[in-house]
Amino acid sequence: MLLSTAIVMFSLLLILGTIVVKGLPALSLDMITKAPESGYYLGGGGGILNAIVGSLLLAAGASVVSMIFGIPVALYLNIYLTRKSKLAEVIRVALDVMCGVPSIVYGAFGFAIMLYLGVRASLLGGIIAVSLLIMPVMIRAIDEVVRLVPHELIEASYSVGANRFETVFKVVVRQTLPGIISAVLLGFGRGIGDAASVLFTTGFTDRISFSLLEPVATLPLAIFFQLGTPLPEVQQRAYASAFILTVIILVLSLSARFLVSRYGRHMVK
Amino acid sequence: MKNRTHISVENLNVYYGDNQVLKNVTIAIPDKTITAIIGPSGCGKTTLLRCFNRLIDTVDGIKVTGKVLVDGDDIFDPQQDVTAIRKKMGLLSQRPFPLPMSIYENVAYGPRIHGTRKKNELDVIVEKYLKMANIWDEVKDRLHEPASSLSIGQQQRLCLARGLAVEPEIILADEPTSALDPVSSRNIEERFMELKNRYTIVMVTHILRQAKRLADYVVFVYLGELIEHGPSKEIFENPKEQITKEYIKGIIS
Amino acid sequence: MNGRRLVDNIGGKLMLVLTVLSGVLLLLMAWGLVAKSSAILSLKPLDTLLFSGNWNPLRGEFGFFPFIAGTIWVVGVATVIAVPVSLLTAIYLSEYAGRKIKGIVNPFIDLLAGIPSVVYGVWGVLMIVPFVKNYIAPLYGTFSSGYCVLTAGIVLAVMIFPVIINVSVEVLNMVPREVREASLSLGATKWQTVKKVVLRRAMPGVIAANVLGIARAFGETMAVLMVAGNVAMIPKSLMDPAYPLPALIANNYGEMLSIPLYDSALFFAALLLFAVVFFFNLVSRAVLVRIEKGIR
Repeated sequence: MLLSTAIVMFSLLLILGTIVVKGLPALSLDMITKAPESGYYLGGGGGILNAIVGSLLLAAGASVVSMIFGIPVALYLNIYLTRKSKLAEVIRVALDVMCGVPSIVYGAFGFAIMLYLGVRASLLGGIIAVSLLIMPVMIRAIDEVVRLVPHELIEASYSVGANRFETVFKVVVRQTLPGIISAVLLGFGRGIGDAASVLFTTGFTDRISFSLLEPVATLPLAIFFQLGTPLPEVQQRAYASAFILTVIILVLSLSARFLVSRYGRHMVK
Repeated sequence: MKNRTHISVENLNVYYGDNQVLKNVTIAIPDKTITAIIGPSGCGKTTLLRCFNRLIDTVDGIKVTGKVLVDGDDIFDPQQDVTAIRKKMGLLSQRPFPLPMSIYENVAYGPRIHGTRKKNELDVIVEKYLKMANIWDEVKDRLHEPASSLSIGQQQRLCLARGLAVEPEIILADEPTSALDPVSSRNIEERFMELKNRYTIVMVTHILRQAKRLADYVVFVYLGELIEHGPSKEIFENPKEQITKEYIKGIIS
Repeated sequence: MNGRRLVDNIGGKLMLVLTVLSGVLLLLMAWGLVAKSSAILSLKPLDTLLFSGNWNPLRGEFGFFPFIAGTIWVVGVATVIAVPVSLLTAIYLSEYAGRKIKGIVNPFIDLLAGIPSVVYGVWGVLMIVPFVKNYIAPLYGTFSSGYCVLTAGIVLAVMIFPVIINVSVEVLNMVPREVREASLSLGATKWQTVKKVVLRRAMPGVIAANVLGIARAFGETMAVLMVAGNVAMIPKSLMDPAYPLPALIANNYGEMLSIPLYDSALFFAALLLFAVVFFFNLVSRAVLVRIEKGIR
């Protein structure tokens, strides 16, 4: 048992170690401050700023969309519906199943929606696919937090004459704010790291683009494409890009922890 | 002591699934006094209290028949605005549950919801009710700290202030001192004695001595049935029913 | 006053609509995939699609069997590696490890779960591929490029560790303390208690946890795409390359609109994945929900 636990931990260290050892030497300031100088990363000059910016825009957009739809759903499941509600049970199972649906399927489905709407590969298309991908994860994560709110706290709000809507948005949201933040960051991390869902939907560009309707580059795909080239120096850059992506993910998970402790001060135990 | 009836309960039945928790309860709770609901645990005291402000609605699988009239209005009438009923009644629960915000915000929460927005008005309200709950001196320099940083005893008084701030007519208290230390309990009891001239206070307690100390009127509930109710003196000194006698003597608990 | 009531009512209705929509999304997805793959389904019999090995989109031959076989091989290897390791780790974490050790191991597992699959892929290319090529393949006296079933299986196994471990630990923690105490007080050793009482009691949940992990392996795309070799043939051994379904979809999206029926075929592949994952998830979630209810 100790051995298997060690294997699990060791594999994480191996992954991080490999990425650092191979990625760090290839890293340069240009990588994170410049767009690629020649098409499709092939020349090896410049950097991957286009992909970093693209990924951040994509993940931020998708997180906002998922939040707008997801937070009300998680609150509704718990505060408006009761513990024994059949509807809540069905929705939860559906969301759980959606959490398990592979991202490539979301990519394909997102692509189908885009064909239907007449949207071509673009930031908007990517946001659609990634929102679909991270929304179930986000809802269930918030759901788990909201479920832990003591019923007495909700009653305390009712007893001064607040209605459910006021209770939900003034009391429950504040009580669960740390949990909501970490759920959103969880979704953001999932969105920034996922490649399969954006493969068909975002397209590609060498430029740094801020437009919703233009194609964008993303970090995971930048890694994938650079690794796929036959040129060793471009492959090196893939390692560096993987290092950057890993750092972003680590920073996200650390800041989630930090924000939780920071905004947890009003929480009632 | 002759007071007008404030809350009147008529043939109230509460079922939880197949289980009948309250059986045909009829009482009249007098205005501007302390009424204590006493009885062993699990006998429906809290359920009765929760009928008064319809928090009972939030429980799954509950069915209520009969009437509860507050100032003559049937509160279970579907036409009633639940929030207006609840605004009339402050609630103190067994454990204090401050809202997840600052001390100031806790007291201002109710008035804000009911339409008071101006900062200076709110300041006045907050100070007034924190004083009324006898906690102002302890918190006046730290109004914007989280309410959860207070001690349990202070939290309970803050909850009292929060309830008072929506200007209720009735204070409902469900064993309000059971989680508190003796000093804090006493502080709450003293508040009740001060407040009873202006509010109708209904408290659930299983501490007989507390009921004796505070209550003017006593309601004894046993296994979901209303056994006896009347002025405190009568119940404690001269109970009519055998079972009340045994409970007060401590033969059954 | 009325304004407040109105907001409560409308807000509630709006939230209800969103909630129902979020569930309907799943059906919508199923419907969308079926609709998109209906073109190929109406032209080819289902058994040809599933069991024929002829894959030649240019000639209109769509036999998915090589890809299905590749998927099963890769997932099989991942399962064989991941299940014992994850289970033992979960048992260790829930039954033996103290607070301190859990405090160290849990963030590791969370981190492992958070690493993007592309990064797993890079790791696979950098470490597992050469390892299999240079050490494992010669061991069996064969040659392998390293891009093969075994490599993909190893990478996938590491990816699904966190899924299986987290859900299993949750299930094991739901076994009441009294059950353990009852067994221990009869003089059973800790290991006997774990094996005969705790695991037996938690078995449905533990199986569900593993099924969830396996379902994740089925759909995992990028990492597998990067290390499996992607040759459209039925793998004969661990050292052969494989071409799992997700990789097929990912690799060919570019051409999918230029060859007739190809897009429909790829959507059919997505539908297959969706169906398998849907079924696995539904069953294990139903089991887990039932367990949780029993506890409450």
